Amino acid sequence: MKLITPSLLLLTLVICSANAAEFSKVQTAQSRVSFDYKQMSVPLSGSFAKFAIQARFDPAKLSASQAKIDIDIASIDTGNSDADDEVNDKLWFDTKNFPTAGFVASSFKALGGDKYQAQGKLSLKGKIVDITAPFTFKQNGDLGVFDGSLNINRLDYGIGTGIWADVATVANEVSIKFHFVASSKK
Amino acid sequence: MNTAYTKIAITLHWLVALLIFSAFPLGLYMSDLKFSPLKLQLYSYHKWIGVTIFLLFIARLLWRITNKPPELPESIVAWQRRAAHAVHHLLYTLLFLIPVTGWLMSSAKGVPVMYLGLVQLPDLLGKDKALGNLLETTHSVLNYLLLALVIMHIAAALKHHLIEKDETLTRMMPWLKKKTL
Repeated sequence: MKLITPSLLLLTLVICSANAAEFSKVQTAQSRVSFDYKQMSVPLSGSFAKFAIQARFDPAKLSASQAKIDIDIASIDTGNSDADDEVNDKLWFDTKNFPTAGFVASSFKALGGDKYQAQGKLSLKGKIVDITAPFTFKQNGDLGVFDGSLNINRLDYGIGTGIWADVATVANEVSIKFHFVASSKK
Repeated sequence: MNTAYTKIAITLHWLVALLIFSAFPLGLYMSDLKFSPLKLQLYSYHKWIGVTIFLLFIARLLWRITNKPPELPESIVAWQRRAAHAVHHLLYTLLFLIPVTGWLMSSAKGVPVMYLGLVQLPDLLGKDKALGNLLETTHSVLNYLLLALVIMHIAAALKHHLIEKDETLTRMMPWLKKKTL
C-alpha cells in the first residue's frame, strides 16, 4: 500500500498534466459574439463581426489564466437592417467617442463539471462595470470551446437613451452570448 | 331569392374594408418615417392588422364556399357580370397574397411577426436582405393593384346605386334600402 499510494499520486499527476493544457491560440473565425433582445416583444438576434480576443486559459491553472476581449462596435449586425445605420448615433453606441467595448477577466472560478465563471470589468460606452460571466469549457483534443452568456440592462450603459429609453419598444434586457474556440497547440 | 348578403358576410366585408383602409395609409406613412420607436410600433400594428385581415379572409372564403351570394339584378348585362366576377376574384386573391408577402418579407428582413405581441408566426423564409427588398417591392406593387381594384369596386357600386338605381349595392348595405321604403 505504501508503495501504491505514491505511484497512484504520480499517475494522477501525469494524467492531469497531460490533460491540462493552456488554450491560448484563439480561432477567431470559429468564434462568435452575439446578443439576443426584444423589439415590440419580437425576439431578435444580433452579432458583432469584428472582435479580438487574447486569452490564456488552463483549467488546471485558473489563477494564471487570463482573457481580454475587444469588440469593434461599428461591426454590429443588429438583426434589423434598418437599425444597423442607427447604432453609431449618440443615443445608441456613440461609436465616434466609444468605438470599442471590452471585457477584461481578472479572475476565474471553477463551478464544478465543465462550468466556470469569469469575473472582470465590462467597459461599454465609457461605463466600466464589474461583472461575472458564467461559461462552460469543453475540451475536444487540441481545441477548447468556451460558451457563455451574460445578461445586461442596456440602460445601465446609456445605450438607447432619449426617445429610445422606452423599454416597451426595445426591451432593457440584452443577453450577450459568446462562443470562443481556442487551440492549445504551441 | 335572397336580396342581400347574410349578416355574417356583411359584417366580415365591412370589417375587412375598415382594416384595409387603416393598413394601407399606415403602410405608406410608416415606411417613410425616420427610424424611431414610433416607426417600430407602427410596423407592429400594421403587421397585426395584416394578420387580422388574413384571418378574416379565411372566414370570408369559408362563407363564400358554403353560401350562395345573392344574385345580381337581372338588368346587369353579361359583360358587366363577368367583369364584376373577375374583380371579385382578383380582390380575394390579393386579400391572400398581400398579407402573405408581408409575412414572408418580415421573415426575410429578420423581424418576425408577433401577432398582438403574443403569438409568433413561424418564419417560412430565412433572413435574406435582397429577398426582403424584393418582397417589399412585391408587397407594395400588389397594394397599388388593390387600390386600383378597390376604386373600380366602389365606383361600380356607386354607379349602380346612384345612376342605374338598382339593387347591387343594397345587397351589401341593406339599411340603405330600408330608408328608401
